[in-house]
Amino acid sequence: MSNTSCNPVNANPNQETEPRNVIRAFLVLGFFALVSLGTFAADHRFIYFSAYLWFGFIYGMSLQYGRFCMASAIRDLFAVGVPRMAVGIMIAVVLFSLVSAYVTVAGKSTFHPSPIGLYSVIGGFIFGIGMIYTGGCASGSLYKTGEGSIAALLVVLSLSFTQVFLVDAGGWLNHLVPIAWTDSALAKGLPAVITPTDGWYDQFLAGYIWNLSSTTIGEALGFTSVISAAFIGNSLINSIIPAALILVAIYLRWYRKGYLRGKEANYRGFKTELAGYWSMITSSKRTAIAGLILGIAAGLHMWVMQGLQLRLGISNAGELLAGMGYTRGLSIQDTIFDPGYFYITTQEAQGAAWIVQKFGFNVMDSIFFGIDNGVPNPLLNPVLWMSISLVGGAAVMALLNNEFKLKIPSIEVATWAIIGGILMGIGARIGLGCNIGAFFATVTNGDPSGWLFCLGMTVGGFIGVKFFNWWIERKMAKEMAAFDL
Amino acid sequence: MAVKFEKKEDGSFILDVQGYVCPHPQLYTKKSLEKMKSGEILELIFDNPSSGESIVAMCQAEGNEIVTQEKEAGKTTMHWRIRKR
Repeated sequence: MSNTSCNPVNANPNQETEPRNVIRAFLVLGFFALVSLGTFAADHRFIYFSAYLWFGFIYGMSLQYGRFCMASAIRDLFAVGVPRMAVGIMIAVVLFSLVSAYVTVAGKSTFHPSPIGLYSVIGGFIFGIGMIYTGGCASGSLYKTGEGSIAALLVVLSLSFTQVFLVDAGGWLNHLVPIAWTDSALAKGLPAVITPTDGWYDQFLAGYIWNLSSTTIGEALGFTSVISAAFIGNSLINSIIPAALILVAIYLRWYRKGYLRGKEANYRGFKTELAGYWSMITSSKRTAIAGLILGIAAGLHMWVMQGLQLRLGISNAGELLAGMGYTRGLSIQDTIFDPGYFYITTQEAQGAAWIVQKFGFNVMDSIFFGIDNGVPNPLLNPVLWMSISLVGGAAVMALLNNEFKLKIPSIEVATWAIIGGILMGIGARIGLGCNIGAFFATVTNGDPSGWLFCLGMTVGGFIGVKFFNWWIERKMAKEMAAFDL
Repeated sequence: MAVKFEKKEDGSFILDVQGYVCPHPQLYTKKSLEKMKSGEILELIFDNPSSGESIVAMCQAEGNEIVTQEKEAGKTTMHWRIRKR
């Protein structure tokens, strides 16, 4: 065993990367480089796919480096009183919002706000419980898959297949749908191939979601100038101020007591409190750096995708596929899922749907796949390339830090992964996205619905932590029974 | 692998949470330290890197001292000794 450090504040004592891990890291990097170069050589339009790929790679490296996980942000606050990750998330929110505002002013934004409604809170709530059970949010589970965690892979698979079932399920589930939704869905005049009265999610979308309105704060507050709307409305009011207030609350509730311990004699009032606030923000260098990179990269991602869309003369990757001769799996509108920014869960659902179709099931009679997102071949799904390269980027960072290990979970951990993944899949579909698509990407682009999802996610996380506290208390009581403790 | 909590000697305990992912390692560590007396040592064995960050922050906040941190060569398994405040 190597005695690496006695530094009590360093969770990752500096270690030289083992030579075989360096080789493995280069092999992973080399694989993705080959894919990019090879596909570009075959058809230059694959550059659109490669853009998603390399941003996904950057996300994966950053997430693993900073242990960035929204589940951790909420869970560690309530479970062990550690605000590190919540702080990192807020840093990323602030930075992404500024870059998004700049991208918007430059006319390069690909963002579309989500409808505002109670569904965000409910979806977030269910998702929040699920991510506590699994130990990672959607992006967290992907990056941990890159670390070799089979439990995390089970989460990804579980949430993927759950979504497919959910968006195409009918039968007895139709009885749970309010009649108003059914009537409203029927009145939409959907294409004949879609069967809106036999699919609760179709009725949820067409009969409820489509009737809601969406906006950004910049629009809602009536800013007439694009610059004011983007920077003051969307960034300052919808992201920076809420993030700063949340950090104040976190400081007062969870950080202040520990910070002030031993400093009573030197207490200088507001000056000391401000120093404490700053200490909290800078307490984890890795998390802060990861937040910085993620925030900037996510904003640049939008810029690049919009630029490529203009360059290639398309508004959706479905047009690109059709132009390249790949028409199988496109939606009725000849589109596929193509958000143009950092997003998770929908592309995983598409991957699972493609597999499910191989077994003879038809999912294209649903709005989610048939009208909106399509089910392209995974090898031709640019957004899925992003998810796969996210795993790859995380693997490279893990290898360089000697942290990659193939870990087979116990039955207990695997059970939590599957159950939690199911809840995350349900929550993501009801909430129209996950911690990334329904929160991170929305609030940073001025969409207030993201805070509703965050609220639900926080409450759900709190409930999840309460359950786990009870579960682990129970188990520890058995382990400690023999000792005088 | 199931969680194991054992007494090593007077004033020293071992908590083995290898194979567990977040939040198990940090929650088990917290529960263990809560029950231990001031000055007692907890030898923690875990292999989930992201739990390490949380445990460090948790110890700092509570004033518990991480006395040593060791990593098994070629593996992700970590052995930490934490002294309860």
